[in-house]
Amino acid sequence: MNIKDDFAILKNRNITYLDSGATTQKPRQVINAINNFYENTNANPHRGAYTLSMDATEVYENTRKKIAKFINAKSSDEIIFSKNASESLNLIAYSYGLDNLNKDDEVVLSIMEHHSNLVPWQFVTKKTGSKLNYMYINDEFEISDEEIESKITEKTKIVGITHVSNVLGTINNIQKIIKYAHKKGAIVVVDGSQSIPHMKIDVQNLDADFFVFSGHKMLSPLGIGVLYGKKEILNKMNPFLMGGDMIEYVYEQETTFATLPNKFEAGTQNVEGVVGLGAAIDYIEKIGYEKIEEIENEVVSYAREELSKLEYIDLYITPNKENHSSVISFNIKGVHPHDTASILDTEGVCVRSGNHCAQPLLRSIGIDSTCRASFYLYNTKEDVDKLISGIEKAYNMFKKYIKL
Amino acid sequence: MDGLDEIYNDLIMEHSMNSYNKKKLDKADYCELGHNPNCGDEISLEVKLNGNIIEDMAFTGHGCAISQASTSIMIDTLKGKTVEEAKEIVKTFIEMIKRETKNEEDLEKLEDAIAFRNISNMPARVKCALLAWHTIEDMLNK
Repeated sequence: MNIKDDFAILKNRNITYLDSGATTQKPRQVINAINNFYENTNANPHRGAYTLSMDATEVYENTRKKIAKFINAKSSDEIIFSKNASESLNLIAYSYGLDNLNKDDEVVLSIMEHHSNLVPWQFVTKKTGSKLNYMYINDEFEISDEEIESKITEKTKIVGITHVSNVLGTINNIQKIIKYAHKKGAIVVVDGSQSIPHMKIDVQNLDADFFVFSGHKMLSPLGIGVLYGKKEILNKMNPFLMGGDMIEYVYEQETTFATLPNKFEAGTQNVEGVVGLGAAIDYIEKIGYEKIEEIENEVVSYAREELSKLEYIDLYITPNKENHSSVISFNIKGVHPHDTASILDTEGVCVRSGNHCAQPLLRSIGIDSTCRASFYLYNTKEDVDKLISGIEKAYNMFKKYIKL
Repeated sequence: MDGLDEIYNDLIMEHSMNSYNKKKLDKADYCELGHNPNCGDEISLEVKLNGNIIEDMAFTGHGCAISQASTSIMIDTLKGKTVEEAKEIVKTFIEMIKRETKNEEDLEKLEDAIAFRNISNMPARVKCALLAWHTIEDMLNK
């Protein structure tokens, strides 16, 4: 089985793609499923009384069931489609946060949150007069148990936590955080964007109140995201966006809303994205998380080892391998990450450089940007070799000018 | 040949890693901040005027080699020029980067800054090269 063969773009562009943390490439199977949808099933779901529209509805709703099963939700009513993780998080902040936070309540986030799980909470806490507190990382780039227990208090009503950091690759101990937050009476919002592509998620076992992710980071098309929420919480929440298909009766001055999940899906939805996400889940399940973890473990371990040998780079990863996923941030000492990334680009190696939408985290570490290599199931040890030789090239170009 | 050496050449490297223009002026008349939010590059430009002439200029801040070198080389080019001449040079530089002019006579006015003419081969870096020039443009237009 050669996984790379399923991803035509890798061959067509002859690239070493190490930016799956930003978005993954899409396998042929996903692209074909979307094609097939438009050639055979396209209509507006929930709208028409004719067979084609019913077929489109069936594809749409069957994928919702597939996702529910995939993350072990109790009911498919708990699966809401959105544009991406950012929209899912905004939905929670607006529909849950604004209505449930009172003056002097606290929202606790980790300092490693992506801006999408941070900026909405700044807005909501300011609006409601509540406080925003942070759990900081230790010198191993992890959040310690002590930090969790000192920041989550009786005043905490909402905890926002990324399952895996998009900068550090740290896997947070969300089991512990959720258990502890529940003990203190808070609900927990988990950003699973960087975890679900790589590890099996069981929302019931985690007991997460909300779990959000983007499809495009797990082999699906751009523009489709998911919000999982516990039914009893979602039922009590007000709609976020209003419009077609999310209503029951509309009068001139009043409206009653549809039940779950439609209540949160206003307007014509991204059915193509949903179809693609369904095909991506099929693809992941066919290969299996066990196999994905095995591939990534081999490639990422090799990358950690090889990068550690370069004494002229700084690495921002936890030394505890079991707490590290497949993202590696690094800098060549004295060289700006954009320059490194440009030089890697000339070797066909795609890495991200910048602040990765996590400015507070980088500021807390005392840097303003990093290079980030992020790996997925189609990456190989040869890709790591390409990365290393690209870094060596960049270093050699800059060596004589570097002033530390 | 991947064009890298044309961009990361000695002139640009020296200016970016070790610029004599990177300092604070004792007495600046104007100060303007430039910022590329996506990459985090930040510069602060200071200008000291003598009548209509740019008597001295300096910068502080951080960013990639291209943004830092572009700032430093811009300062070398604009120092001693009148505000009107500076505006003209800035306009020409921006046009050169956007490939809107190839008039060699005009480009000569850019002096060392002509070193950035090939940056358009690296589209992702165009905004790094332009940061300082847009910043001074804002300042001169005030």
